[in-house]
Amino acid sequence: MMISAFDVIGPPMIGPSSSHTAGACRIGLVAWALCGGAVAKATIGLHGSFAAAAKGHSTDRAILAGLQGIKPDDVRLSVSDKIARNSGLDVQWETLDLGDNAHPNSAHVQIQGELGDRHCLVAASVGGGMIEVRALDGYPTSFSGGLETMILWHEDRQGFLSKLTTLLACDEANIATIRSSRIRRGENALTVVEVDASLPDDLLGLIFRLPAVSLLRRIPKLL
Amino acid sequence: MSYDYGNAAELLSLCRDSRLSIADAALMREAKETDRSVSDLLGQMTDYYRTMKKSIRAGIELEMRSRSGLSGGDARKLAAYAGSLNPLCGSAMVRAMSYGFAVLESGAQSGLVVATPTAGSAGIVPACLLSLEEEQAISEQDAGKALFAAAGVGIVIGKNACFSGAQGGCQAEVGSASCMAAAAVVEAMGGSPEEACNAGAFALMNTLGLVCDPVGGYVEVPCVSRNGMFAVHSLLAATLSLAGVRSVIPLDDVILAMRDIGRRMPRALKETSEAGLANTPAALRLFPR
Repeated sequence: MMISAFDVIGPPMIGPSSSHTAGACRIGLVAWALCGGAVAKATIGLHGSFAAAAKGHSTDRAILAGLQGIKPDDVRLSVSDKIARNSGLDVQWETLDLGDNAHPNSAHVQIQGELGDRHCLVAASVGGGMIEVRALDGYPTSFSGGLETMILWHEDRQGFLSKLTTLLACDEANIATIRSSRIRRGENALTVVEVDASLPDDLLGLIFRLPAVSLLRRIPKLL
Repeated sequence: MSYDYGNAAELLSLCRDSRLSIADAALMREAKETDRSVSDLLGQMTDYYRTMKKSIRAGIELEMRSRSGLSGGDARKLAAYAGSLNPLCGSAMVRAMSYGFAVLESGAQSGLVVATPTAGSAGIVPACLLSLEEEQAISEQDAGKALFAAAGVGIVIGKNACFSGAQGGCQAEVGSASCMAAAAVVEAMGGSPEEACNAGAFALMNTLGLVCDPVGGYVEVPCVSRNGMFAVHSLLAATLSLAGVRSVIPLDDVILAMRDIGRRMPRALKETSEAGLANTPAALRLFPR
């Protein structure tokens, strides 16, 4: 596992808690990026220590900030609830139990974008502001937002990954991690690719035109 | 060649073989992994140090209490006491304590802090380094470099244990910060990598078992005073090592002990505010369930 010196020292962030404030904000930012930067509606379930200590750590305001594209070091984080009220963002909160295997700082976020797309993610704030997305739209996955991340919803077809990696290689994009998961063979699948350098828009356009792909989202590097 | 390492023993042999300090090794590792230049990396870390000093200044200027009413204005009191005639423990130590308070008091009022390694433990490393800048005349650049020594040791903890109070209790946050601070102080004072890790071992072993039981769930009681007091603790651990005292248990083993204790620690004492200080009569009067 690669831990950067700047994972240990940093990020500069609005207090009071790296896991309950900065990490929570980043979970919101992933959800925001999944909706293409415009969230209309969200239902947020907090598990474990996230639920128990939310008020004191501004966890609610931090997730809300992220859902509106406000970053952990932005002073608007502390008034994100007012900003959400003014912009009409519809948010519901609940406490839930994701089971003993879930990380104690986990959130279950259901979102609906302004364009109507719906997603559901389970993410954990693993300490020091670092996060891990563990499930997306029912697929098990694992990414941290520490690198630029491309997410593809596609049909589970033979040769898909080969086409995808060929396109990425044409741009000399270096893949840090790639992970595909599916629920059942031959149906739909999710592929998450973390890359070292930012992917250009024209390359994303090409990838989106692969016949198996139904949706593509880019999560910018969050750290 | 790779500058990566999995534990403190590997870090120390890397330092020995390549004649590097821990700060240099962490810098080279980062440069190698990210393709960034050493001066660029050092510049970013020195900027972080300047942000840390701003958090300290902001915290000392605070007079207002936080939204919960649990903290605010105490760093200021300590700074004033440090300036009085012949303060107990000496002015430098009282000021170090006030700096640790200041960062957390600022963070509790939505101020900007640098998580080191977490926001709840963000006061310890800055307090120690600002003390060195004032008392030992190190430069801002030296402090930026010392942050790489802190990170170098922090990476070992991150790989072998964890930093989150919810997973490992306060020992994972304040213990890790103290360990990193003690090691960074030793290197900034001209100590060897071995002496730095030895100081880290003393700092961490004397935080083992610390639970995370914040009153009302706020990162204030005991977090604010704990950051102040463990800043001093870290300076003392560095002092032990610079005086030549050797820890019987090496840093790697102390880190494994921290992880083990974190795993055995009941959930009620890991950032859930169900037990400990959070469950005392005084806390429950303030924040009824």
